[in-house]
Amino acid sequence: MLGVLLLVFSLVALAHAELCRPDAQNAFKVRLSIKTALGDNAYAWDASEEYLFKAMVAFAMRRYSNKETTQISNVLLCNMTERVSFWFVVTDSSKNVTTVPGSEVEAAIRMNRNRINSAFLLTDNTLQFLKISSTLSPPIEPTVPVWLIVFSVVLCLVGAGILFLVLSGIRQRRKNNNESAENGDLEDKCDTPVTTENGIPCDILDLKTGRINGVYTADDERFTPL
Amino acid sequence: MEKSRPLWDNPLQFVFACISYAVGLGNVWRFPYLCQMYGGGGFLIPYIIMLIVEGMPLLFLELAVGQHMRQGSIGAWKIISPYLSGVGIASVVVSFFLSMYYNVINAWAFWYLFHSFQDPLPWASCPLNSNHTGYDEECEKTSSTQYFWYRKTLNISPSIEENGNIQWEQAVCLILAWLLVYLCILRGTESTGKVVYITASLPYFVLIIYLIRGLTLHGAVNGLIYMFRPKIEQLANPKTWINAATQIFFSLGLGFGSLIAFASYNEPNNNCERHAIIISLINSSTSIFASIVTFSIYGFKATFNYENCISKAILLLTNYFDLEEGALTADNLDSMKDYLTSTYPNEYAALLPQIKNCSLEAELDTAVQGTGLAFIVYSEAIKNMEVSQLYSVLYFIMLLMLGIGSMLGNTAAILTPLTDSKFISTHLSKEMISGIVCFINCIVGLVFTMEAGNYWFDIFNDYAATLSLLLIVLVETIAVCYVYGLKRFEKDLHLMIGHKLNWYWKIMWAFASPVLIISLFVFYLTDYIRTGTLQYQAWDATQGQLVTKDYPSYALAVIGLLVAASTMCIPLGAFIIFIMKRLKRNVSTLE
Repeated sequence: MLGVLLLVFSLVALAHAELCRPDAQNAFKVRLSIKTALGDNAYAWDASEEYLFKAMVAFAMRRYSNKETTQISNVLLCNMTERVSFWFVVTDSSKNVTTVPGSEVEAAIRMNRNRINSAFLLTDNTLQFLKISSTLSPPIEPTVPVWLIVFSVVLCLVGAGILFLVLSGIRQRRKNNNESAENGDLEDKCDTPVTTENGIPCDILDLKTGRINGVYTADDERFTPL
Repeated sequence: MEKSRPLWDNPLQFVFACISYAVGLGNVWRFPYLCQMYGGGGFLIPYIIMLIVEGMPLLFLELAVGQHMRQGSIGAWKIISPYLSGVGIASVVVSFFLSMYYNVINAWAFWYLFHSFQDPLPWASCPLNSNHTGYDEECEKTSSTQYFWYRKTLNISPSIEENGNIQWEQAVCLILAWLLVYLCILRGTESTGKVVYITASLPYFVLIIYLIRGLTLHGAVNGLIYMFRPKIEQLANPKTWINAATQIFFSLGLGFGSLIAFASYNEPNNNCERHAIIISLINSSTSIFASIVTFSIYGFKATFNYENCISKAILLLTNYFDLEEGALTADNLDSMKDYLTSTYPNEYAALLPQIKNCSLEAELDTAVQGTGLAFIVYSEAIKNMEVSQLYSVLYFIMLLMLGIGSMLGNTAAILTPLTDSKFISTHLSKEMISGIVCFINCIVGLVFTMEAGNYWFDIFNDYAATLSLLLIVLVETIAVCYVYGLKRFEKDLHLMIGHKLNWYWKIMWAFASPVLIISLFVFYLTDYIRTGTLQYQAWDATQGQLVTKDYPSYALAVIGLLVAASTMCIPLGAFIIFIMKRLKRNVSTLE
């Protein structure tokens, strides 16, 4: 009797060993980086944590398939290393000694990734399922890009400044023209004094010969060429 | 009597305008590179020697010419000798080329500034690929900051032949940059004089903040030690001296006509000798100051990358050999590597290609200059600082101020001769002339916003101003010393500044500076001829790095045109005046 039990037990163990091997079919490698994630608050990885892991995977399978057939004993872990990495498979309790297809396990884990991560206080980066790529969440895009908003603000400020300066320049020039037309006198303005000669503004006496400083440019023309 | 010329409100505005013009992006992104390449702390020796021998005399010369002649570059040189009006025109042409492409840098600074108001910064991480399973392919091969620069900002094409479309985002930033420049120059010295208070002083505030922040960063000391460790043997390298001379020359902005334009708005008795010394000293010390900041940033970035590299290697080994977490640290990495090699030789050999050798020296050795330094290296360092948005905003505002300050000088060089000309100023108002110049420059500048625009930018940056300026300044120096007469000039200066001219200036102007410029000119020509075909760096998206390519023939033609357009003005101007005088003489003898 004892012998039969031992035989059955060893057969089961052997079967399990066959099912859960590195690179076995439908097996996944898991890697945890607890110290990286939690630093001083890191917990030690022991048998209870393994039990929790099995429970979470079973929970994920149950949620995914909506049947309540997966038991904790269906999840097999093997090749535990110091890294804290190991392989696991999920066996199918209904069919004897076979594993659940990898695609199902992958889909189940994906669906419940957040729950599994939070059970261990880890993230997608620190609790890695090596063949299951996590869907990265895209950054939140506001409806109007931020840069356009800042750009429009600056553009409006600059535009307003230009408009103000141009209009005030036009107004000043119109005032200048009006006043010089009325008085016809010399008026001292800050930027453009209008000089007069005999009461007539020199701008009107705009003769070419009268305005070029002939000292330098006409130097060689004053003398008869040889 | 002429309409009185607008003046600066006080001499301080003039000094600030010159500082704002001279202290530009070159001080920040070119000098640290030269320092690193040519001997670290030892580079300061040729730099200071060149400053005293070349920079101060030439700067004094230009300021004196402008202040005495009280005209823009065309008018000033026409007064010295009518045959030299070509020099003035050449200056205007070079300034025109410069303003066409320089404002694109301001557009990029605006782009980065606007993007700094996000958390996290957009260049801090790679964007996701289309099915959200990983990061974008191109971004994975290179870094997120390079990706943001080459793809998101420039959207660069693989080569100069593929022009692509105009990037509307860059185009609107360019238009904004030109509007800002227009706002600053539209009233002439009245508005420019107020703006330069800000554009000259703000960069210093930001540099001081960055100095304090930079020196307190982890690993900054590595960069500083690396930079200031003098490699005296570089002093024997002629390239060191040539680059020192070139840097002084271009950093002061000689030959563009901007300094002449600024000085022409001075009071006639302004002490331009003292101002020349002050401006050149401030310009050089700003370069040194900026390189201290840059090298502490370099040190931080290099240390950060080095430590990242080590962590990646540790992670790779830990995962591959399933070792306990924390078994491998930075300290025991080498001994553990040896242990692993001996225990698992096969597996280790298989893993070997993936493990990169991390070296702090290699990280520090990556010398970068130009837009790469300003936009890639700095943004990479900024994204790793705390409160990165604040530092990013500060930094890009500083870049903007530096760029706008230089643009004010460039546009002044173009506008002053135009507003001095009787013909144009009677028909168009100052605002209209400024507006037309800005508009034309903006339209041409849209070329640089195309996908291949950065390659054209590099062409303009490397060739539009270099040879022509050397020639222009050479002709200027010879003209003042030998055509106008050094004695005559000395007398004019005595009247202006009130004391006799020091013999030092006379010797420099008459002999030292022309000799120096001629040797620089000869060196550049022989360098161009020796390298044969010109090449450029193109971005290869598939590899995620720059590759060297040859310029196509039409690009070479454009380069030739750029150089010829400005240099030919000098002989052409003389020739045309000669012909006109000949005709006039013939006409008058016929009568």
